[in-house]
Amino acid sequence: MSERTLYDKVWDRHKVTELPTGQDQLFVGLHLVHEVTSPQAFGMLRERDLDVAYPERTHATVDHIVPTADRDRPYEGAAEEMMAELEENVREAGIDFSHPDTGNQGIVHVIGPEQGLTQPGMTVVCGDSHTSTHGAFGALAFGIGTSQIRDVLATGTVAMEKKKVRRIRVTGELGDCVEAKDVILQIIRELGTDGGVGYVYEYAGEAIESLDVEGRMSICNMSIEGGARAGYVNPDETTFEWLRETDAFRDDPEKFERLKPYWESIASDDDAQFDDEVVIDGDALEPMVTWGTTPGQGVGITEPIPDPADLPEDKRDTARRAQEHMGVEPGETMAGYPIDVAFLGSCTNARLPDLRRAARLVAGREVHDDVRAMVVPGSQRVASAAEAEGLDDVFREAGFDWREAGCSMCLGMNDDQLEGDEASASSSNRNFVGRQGSKEGRTVLMNPRMVAAAAIRGEVTDARELDERELPQPDAADSEVQA
Amino acid sequence: MTKEIETVEHVSGSGIPVRGNDVDTDQIIPARFLKVVTFDGLGEFAFFDQRFDDEDEPKDHPFNEDRFRDASVLVVNSNFGCGSSREHAPQALKRWGIDAIVGESFAEIFAGNCLALGVPTVTASQEDIETLQSYVEDHPDAEISVDVATESVSYDDTEIDATVDDAQRKALVEGVWDTTALLKSNAEAVARTAADLPYVAAGTAGDADAAGDGEEAE
Repeated sequence: MSERTLYDKVWDRHKVTELPTGQDQLFVGLHLVHEVTSPQAFGMLRERDLDVAYPERTHATVDHIVPTADRDRPYEGAAEEMMAELEENVREAGIDFSHPDTGNQGIVHVIGPEQGLTQPGMTVVCGDSHTSTHGAFGALAFGIGTSQIRDVLATGTVAMEKKKVRRIRVTGELGDCVEAKDVILQIIRELGTDGGVGYVYEYAGEAIESLDVEGRMSICNMSIEGGARAGYVNPDETTFEWLRETDAFRDDPEKFERLKPYWESIASDDDAQFDDEVVIDGDALEPMVTWGTTPGQGVGITEPIPDPADLPEDKRDTARRAQEHMGVEPGETMAGYPIDVAFLGSCTNARLPDLRRAARLVAGREVHDDVRAMVVPGSQRVASAAEAEGLDDVFREAGFDWREAGCSMCLGMNDDQLEGDEASASSSNRNFVGRQGSKEGRTVLMNPRMVAAAAIRGEVTDARELDERELPQPDAADSEVQA
Repeated sequence: MTKEIETVEHVSGSGIPVRGNDVDTDQIIPARFLKVVTFDGLGEFAFFDQRFDDEDEPKDHPFNEDRFRDASVLVVNSNFGCGSSREHAPQALKRWGIDAIVGESFAEIFAGNCLALGVPTVTASQEDIETLQSYVEDHPDAEISVDVATESVSYDDTEIDATVDDAQRKALVEGVWDTTALLKSNAEAVARTAADLPYVAAGTAGDADAAGDGEEAE
């Protein structure tokens, strides 16, 4: 079993007791709540006449159903009912709510970090599988189901079984246009979509350490796509400098200094024991694209799509069906695959640096005539920051639709959906059949610059073929537009 | 508020096979059916997009076959329930009439969600699962017996070795799968654990006064 890892240390600090089932009862440091998976949990609480035990450790937002075009209330149909239900539940319980009116709303895994709610050495849970995102700060972060949300609301704790720890060391330096997203797609390709079952992943190595916090979030975000219960990166100076500028500490440097020793203490020790270790060669990576219908079906942009017959026996059937659905042929590359929609958004890749990188490719170019392209910032704050830099104009002038913050087309619970058999270039996390709203729809996962390149060419494109442009200086040329 | 929780030592009933690896929760219940504030009535939407085409005409799917209509033991392949953490997926299956799921492997959040509903997720080898799926297809009325306590699945004259995760087995057999009351009973220990956490003491999750509120909240 693992010893002296961050996972062990944080687990031990939060363990209340061992339960009769052999599971541990863990204290939850931060419980994030959104509109889709929580109403039933609040309902169960009411049925049992229980109160929310730790409202001050709970924070709510709305992201899954919230419209990204027209925010006028009431929303259409069931969306309004869900929104109203959440408003009522958090008001009754006294839970802080990043409501759209506050300017702080956004995808739950974007707003937690940007407000400094997520911190190293915390346990974080949310009724959403991508809660693993918060592991980027050295937190233990788990997606949970609605019955567990009920448990956390009622008790501030959750019943969990301890997992094994696999360290994934990504060595070397990431090449041109190779991003965090490509690292995690490669990890899932190598280890499989169920390779992480029974594990949490510790991401380490030079390639991980040299990433910014947002890149680490992209990797941790998709731990769940690899079957791992959680993923994390040990906190370091990059983490601390990021945290210093968040709401939690900006005006309270003393609190920052008080907590920093704890954050440093929970990192895995140099002699920590892992249950397993895998090494990935970061130098060898190139931009990745998926050719199939699971995130594990990925390939480098210049590599051939595999022949199902060459895959392990238990992957062949899925691969054949996936290739039929996507209309791709083994032996070809994904480059040149025509797309109808470009979606830049989701909790994987809708943070400011993601938008900046994409914007550098988009600047001065035009979205292909046959492509419907949209940018959906991860939060209202990301949107305002991007607007202050003029990124919205860069995208709009190229023909992108600049939308309001939310989960949007990633899972298609609002109006942003694929139609018929449209193919999308998507910065999101799942290419499952039907995921983006249409049963016939096709999703190709890739990094934000690759989405930008696909939008411009109208087909899956190696973004390295397009030069990066200077972004406009916010205060310069079009200052009258800014005003 | 003490709630009687039943023990789930044994589930039996006829079987229904759903073949394929990596069946994700978007397939089990598509996202558009999540626009609800209760789980009631989700049963009819189980595997909806695999069962109906765009004109709502039924497609070939075991959940559309009359002979499997009363089945309660679902037999699946590997990594079943991967993807989204939505509890709507096991809720839909349970409300359809599924009381136990036997498969090669399960995504962990999905298995946890099933446990919270008292639905065992039992694993067995690929070969045994495929044999069982074929048997169920040929014998839709035959009884499949899932013994959680002894970790076995039996049908006809065959008994296969199965595995039930330790914690899941104890929780189901001892009737502690609905954990709220159990967790609630340790409220004082919870408050002590919380008070010992530097970030709780420093009041960092909401306003700065949060630190002392934990105990009161009990």
